[in-house]
Amino acid sequence: MDFRSSETVVGPRSEDTLPSSAATAVKVVIVGGFGVGKTTLVGAVSEIRPLTTEETMTQAGADVDDIAGVERKTATTVAMDFGRISINDELVLYLFGTPGQQRFWFLWNGLFEGALGAVVLVDTRRLEVSFDVIGRLEERGVPFVVALNSFPESPSYPTEELRAALDLPPEVPIVECDARTRESSRDVLMALMRYLYSLTTPTP
Amino acid sequence: MSGTDHEWDEGNPERLYVITRGRSGLAERTVLDLVTLIVSRSKPQPTMQPEHAAILRLCHSPLSVAEISAYLRLPMSVTTVLLADLLADKRVEARAPVPLAQLPDRALIEAVMHGLQKL
Repeated sequence: MDFRSSETVVGPRSEDTLPSSAATAVKVVIVGGFGVGKTTLVGAVSEIRPLTTEETMTQAGADVDDIAGVERKTATTVAMDFGRISINDELVLYLFGTPGQQRFWFLWNGLFEGALGAVVLVDTRRLEVSFDVIGRLEERGVPFVVALNSFPESPSYPTEELRAALDLPPEVPIVECDARTRESSRDVLMALMRYLYSLTTPTP
Repeated sequence: MSGTDHEWDEGNPERLYVITRGRSGLAERTVLDLVTLIVSRSKPQPTMQPEHAAILRLCHSPLSVAEISAYLRLPMSVTTVLLADLLADKRVEARAPVPLAQLPDRALIEAVMHGLQKL
């Protein structure tokens, strides 16, 4: 977090600039535990090299008036990686990868509010880290799909067994993916969009 | 390994306090989303705070608030304070994200699907 003088701020490469017609942006949040491949997935589909935005977490009750304490840690910086896909000349989709812990979510105001939906990226070797995330998304009413990122040594379970283990409602899609490949990561986003589309259909 | 997962850094709150002149960004956050698109409406002036000038230079074509924060290497809350100044002076234009209803908009989802298919 070292702001350089304004002349040296490096902006987007010319090929990374959006057309001036870009009028609307939407976002999708990729949630998952540490090392599950969130940034890999974002990087696989993003048209720009993933960028990082930061937020400062101030410790409540820090000794504001204690001059002797200036060398002490009074704030912590948490980073979130994101990428971008231009949908058409006017519409841009942003993908944010965020850790599963809820304390991070409050740092970025409106991360989920206004998001189209979320992808819960799951490593089947560590299913337990996803319980909390799924519960929180359900509480907030954020529509989501579950994507199982395949690691070479990941155990493979029948989908219905995973659904039961994660206590997922029958309508929530579960897809397998390889977050390293563009096609597979794109398919995860397509699964989310198809699910969102199904939610727009009025029930007969 | 995911870049999001790197360890926490120690910040420099005193310097950020100077840049924002002590404002927290809480009020500004309510109007600026991570994906609000910002476009410059004027040229940087030599008398400007350098961070303001840097934003005007960056936003000659539309950029999201998150991208501005990333390129400036400043936290989102600080970036939104700086953008609120520029918005108040009408030096930038903000293109707000679609307000989402309880259910996603059908045409919007269709457009996104169409765009993803071309990837």
